[in-house]
Amino acid sequence: MADFEPDFDAIVVGAGLAGSVAAYELAKAGKSVLVVERGNFAGAKNMTGGRIYAHSLHSVFPDMDFSELPFERKVSHERISLMAPDSNFTIDFTSEDLTKDGQESYTILRAVFDPWLAEQAENEGAEIICGIPVEDLLKDEDGSVTGTAGKIYGVRAGEDEMTASVVILADGVNSLLTEKAVGYKRPEAKFMAVGVKEVYELSEQRINDLFQVADGEGAAWLFAGDVTHGLFGGGIIYTNKDSISIGIVAGIEAIANGATRPVYQMLEDLKAHPAVAPVLKDAKMVEHSGHMVPEGGINMMPELTGDGVIVAGDAAMMCVNLGYTVRGMDYAVAAGQYAGQAAVEALDAGDTSKSGLAGYVNRLNNSFVLKDLNQFKLVPGFMEGFDRMFCGYPEMIRDMMNKMFVIDGTPVQPMKKTMMPIVKEVGFMNLFKDVRGAMKAL
Amino acid sequence: MSNIEIEVNVDEYLSLNKYEVDEENAHIEVDLEGSDAEFDKLIRVCPAALYKRDEDGNKSFDYAGCLECGTCRIACGDTIIKKWVYPGPTMGVEYRFG
Repeated sequence: MADFEPDFDAIVVGAGLAGSVAAYELAKAGKSVLVVERGNFAGAKNMTGGRIYAHSLHSVFPDMDFSELPFERKVSHERISLMAPDSNFTIDFTSEDLTKDGQESYTILRAVFDPWLAEQAENEGAEIICGIPVEDLLKDEDGSVTGTAGKIYGVRAGEDEMTASVVILADGVNSLLTEKAVGYKRPEAKFMAVGVKEVYELSEQRINDLFQVADGEGAAWLFAGDVTHGLFGGGIIYTNKDSISIGIVAGIEAIANGATRPVYQMLEDLKAHPAVAPVLKDAKMVEHSGHMVPEGGINMMPELTGDGVIVAGDAAMMCVNLGYTVRGMDYAVAAGQYAGQAAVEALDAGDTSKSGLAGYVNRLNNSFVLKDLNQFKLVPGFMEGFDRMFCGYPEMIRDMMNKMFVIDGTPVQPMKKTMMPIVKEVGFMNLFKDVRGAMKAL
Repeated sequence: MSNIEIEVNVDEYLSLNKYEVDEENAHIEVDLEGSDAEFDKLIRVCPAALYKRDEDGNKSFDYAGCLECGTCRIACGDTIIKKWVYPGPTMGVEYRFG
């Protein structure tokens, strides 16, 4: 790196969770850092279901008073539903443990939360420019600029080029830059899901009443079964402060090849279901949004580092969908923190090559991020073949519940006699296989 | 003709969103002469319902309401999507909630 004098110590692409936290760590350590964000403000292009598990934010901001943060609600109720076209079976779980410091989770809206996070980086001295899409990365093809052939040394936006010793790619799930950075090919449709979401305004009091929650608290509600009309996917409702988010997440390959009703029609059907429609009564839609979700787990992750470059957050496909919970944002925050810390280390050592940036991968390996992703590496494959969850089990549960709760005056039969034929519809072997598969994968 | 069932009008919903449409530049280009089967995939997966087919089977696509999710690029990037880039500076959708 003889004469190479970069404009910045680090350039971060994308002011989402991973990007802003990485910039915060770098700036806090006294490094010069530029964040380039394509939205007109941080969060303008982002969308989540969604809820964030707060533990990773506590780790970045250990002294912060979390009651001051722009969260929507603290999640005190977990709801899971198995939906058939004409019925719905819901489990509602609440527990003090769900809301304790360090293990609590919050619903957030990204256009509200991300500007706050970006501001934390700015307060430490990071520079953020918005409304600028990074179109390309600068790569030192022959080593004539930085002394290392193949090293990433900056970004290009329109006519402008800016250089840095390290570039952190946090440009989201649909990154067009990871191919150039680390040779990552466009992910296959079977590893990706599409999310469509609508936000409805609803008064704080009505949300409290509908979801049986105290002021400031809220619910995370997941739907499986007929929401995606027999295909791989599910539905969500999250309570925000004075709105609710309702959406569908569905596997792109399954929908593209087999859906009779498009993904947005599935959301319309969910809204019309008798178990959901009353929630939306008198509510006013204020936004319709779409986003992709990386669901392939560790099997679809790109290389996490290259010479001069780190990949973090959704761009690195850090997400798991377990059916009963979906996580990604706490991984993104942690990855941003490790990326920032590892970049500082590499800058101090004067080596931002792939091996100089190894601290990032080491930190991830020793943390919940890669431990979780490894732990759940069988889940995507299991979910993909779990057709009975989307068609079969919802009807089985419906019929069992009907047997228990519908009283019409005919003499009651022993439970064993009424339930067995219903389970036989699905088949004991299938039931056994699915439970065993779930135990192995989860 | 495919048998895709659509009852909802998503255009009405998109009108609630905030956009700055780049009238000069389409950031996504689609080959409307290409495979019908591939186009049907896009009808099914695009959350903004931008890929349409009328009663006579005529295909159309309008990038103006794009949510920039990239789903079409993943669903059939190599077949009938001819171009996929992000909108230019300050252009495209701007979420107020997200």
